[in-house]
Amino acid sequence: MNASLSNAYAWPDADGRFGDYGGRYVAETLMPLVLELDRAYAAAKADPAFQAELDGFLTHYVGRPSPLYFAERLTEHFGGAKIYFKRDELNHTGAHKINNCMGQILLARRMGKTRIIAETGAGQHGVATATVCARFGLPCVVYMGATDVERQKPNVFRMRLLGAEVIPVTSGTGTLKDAMNEAMRDWVTNVADTFYIIGTAAGPHPYPAMVRDFQTVIGREVKQQIMEAEGRLPDAVVACIGGGSNAIGLFHPFIEDEGVRLIGVEAAGHGIDTGAHAASLKGGRPGVLHGNKTYLLQDPDGQIIDAHSISAGLDYPGIGPEHAHLNDIGRAEYVSATDTEALEAFQLCASLEGIIPALEPSHAIARVGEVAREIGKDGVVVLMMSGRGDKDIFTVADALGTKL
Amino acid sequence: MTKTRLDTRFAALKAEGRAAFVAYVMAGDPDADTSFQIMQGLVGAGADVIELGFPFSDPMAEGPPIQKASLRALKAGMTLSGTLALVRRFRDGDAETPLVLMGYLNPLFSYGYARFAREAAEAGVDGLIVVDCPPEEADPLADELDAAGISLIRLATPTTDDRRLPVVVRRTSGFVYYVSVAGVTGVREADASAVAPAVERVRAASGLPVAVGFGIKTPERAAEVARVADAAVVGSALVDEIAVALAANEAPVSKVVERAAQLAKAVRSARVSKAGA
Repeated sequence: MNASLSNAYAWPDADGRFGDYGGRYVAETLMPLVLELDRAYAAAKADPAFQAELDGFLTHYVGRPSPLYFAERLTEHFGGAKIYFKRDELNHTGAHKINNCMGQILLARRMGKTRIIAETGAGQHGVATATVCARFGLPCVVYMGATDVERQKPNVFRMRLLGAEVIPVTSGTGTLKDAMNEAMRDWVTNVADTFYIIGTAAGPHPYPAMVRDFQTVIGREVKQQIMEAEGRLPDAVVACIGGGSNAIGLFHPFIEDEGVRLIGVEAAGHGIDTGAHAASLKGGRPGVLHGNKTYLLQDPDGQIIDAHSISAGLDYPGIGPEHAHLNDIGRAEYVSATDTEALEAFQLCASLEGIIPALEPSHAIARVGEVAREIGKDGVVVLMMSGRGDKDIFTVADALGTKL
Repeated sequence: MTKTRLDTRFAALKAEGRAAFVAYVMAGDPDADTSFQIMQGLVGAGADVIELGFPFSDPMAEGPPIQKASLRALKAGMTLSGTLALVRRFRDGDAETPLVLMGYLNPLFSYGYARFAREAAEAGVDGLIVVDCPPEEADPLADELDAAGISLIRLATPTTDDRRLPVVVRRTSGFVYYVSVAGVTGVREADASAVAPAVERVRAASGLPVAVGFGIKTPERAAEVARVADAAVVGSALVDEIAVALAANEAPVSKVVERAAQLAKAVRSARVSKAGA
């Protein structure tokens, strides 16, 4: 490593801060739990037996490593740098979410917790959580906004098949943020036996760092695979961002490789100017919600505004605190793609590569062409294929005016 | 620090040998004018301290009654600045009743801590409770509140062990709020036998009066708490009266005030009836 000590990246600090962001903004009832989790995670992280157990499940249950695939026809189509897909959509349960769920449930078991709760938006994190709970025989309660329960019926059914109790949340505005509020209310009420598996790299410390650590398997594999394929590091890595766990998992192992551009794509919904979007960095400002300080969509009084995106997985009014920090220090670049652009990219990828992407990574696909052309034909770009699109066919059909 | 309205009130009640009745309502629930009338009515009904919630879109520690109150207030256009206006209006007619604001950090962060502390002090706010701001994160806010002479009131809970208690009561004044159940507001009732030793523990660690809240709904329960604590806080039960009145198309003020009067009476007579028993 040739990075000097002065620019070594070692966030978060002991207080869970990434620069100005992060921290532990929770009710006092939860503080002892959050501090206990911090200690338990630090011990697990330092224990080779824990890592070996996790690696075993990632290999044999999740199906890692996921392939790094040269998307030849998409590359030709854009006419720029070579585009590779990191194919986490091939994981068990169809998305990157299970990398984190597997890590957290092994930690929950190690801590002697006997009940698991989670929040979910599109249902991908809920399905991944229900899956690991079934595998380890732990009862699972998933909070899901009532609106999302209605529009993601297949995932609700999946969770129930897996034995989870899905509780529709009608409080507040009945969306992902309210599901997270309800999960925190459950946690504060059941402090002794319950472990809260948060689905993204946000929440009170240590969650943002812990979820990131569990997702960095993505970036570490990419680094090794791209060296094997190209004999060099990529010029850029590109990922979509809601809370940002797939993106931080891809970015983090490259942060000190200054030649690698880190590009995050937020959901611009109907357009950032319209106010109907989910772009916390480009359309929000710093604030405090769900245990951390970060960029949030909010009104002038500090009330949280509902996000909008065609992709339920990006439909969240905040973003993980490490992205807030990477944005402010300029290490990562953040751009956005609208619903319409994501829909076009979804179809393009399906028709050129025979891969139906989830609507979430379709936002990244929508920007990757420009990045590839800017870098040019000698370059290499890695795109994070964070999930597969089976769950989205009804939404897409509806948006395209096709009746199924 | 000079003697605040909170210190004066708690000292007077101690001399009287009784606990305080702390009444919580949400600013702007169901609208600013009604809210103002409720605040005045609560004092008339025997509230010793007014705890005024300022609404937040995502009240993570609240049960359904206060969640709904928050939504009603937001729908009526209440803001943090509107809450301060309500306090000014209340103070014009009442210079003595201590008034504590309670809510979540983001509206305060958005307003700016320094501006908030200055304007809140000018309006006549005596204390502030912030649910999602534990001591570890509180220094920037506490600095501004100290400068403005406003008490930052901390929450202690059943999960606050002896190792953590000194951290919780650091930089606090006025009183300590003991959350008597692990849970959200207005749902579970506290285990009565566990409250007394917890109050003793918090009082010893802080040297301050201890108010007990979360899960006190009835006059009987309020009296039980008032026998062992320095104050009993009732919120959800009062806020529920507003919801019930609105649903029945009735005026909420008299309903809330009537309920508050029953609770105040129970708190005021709690130790007398104990002595006589």
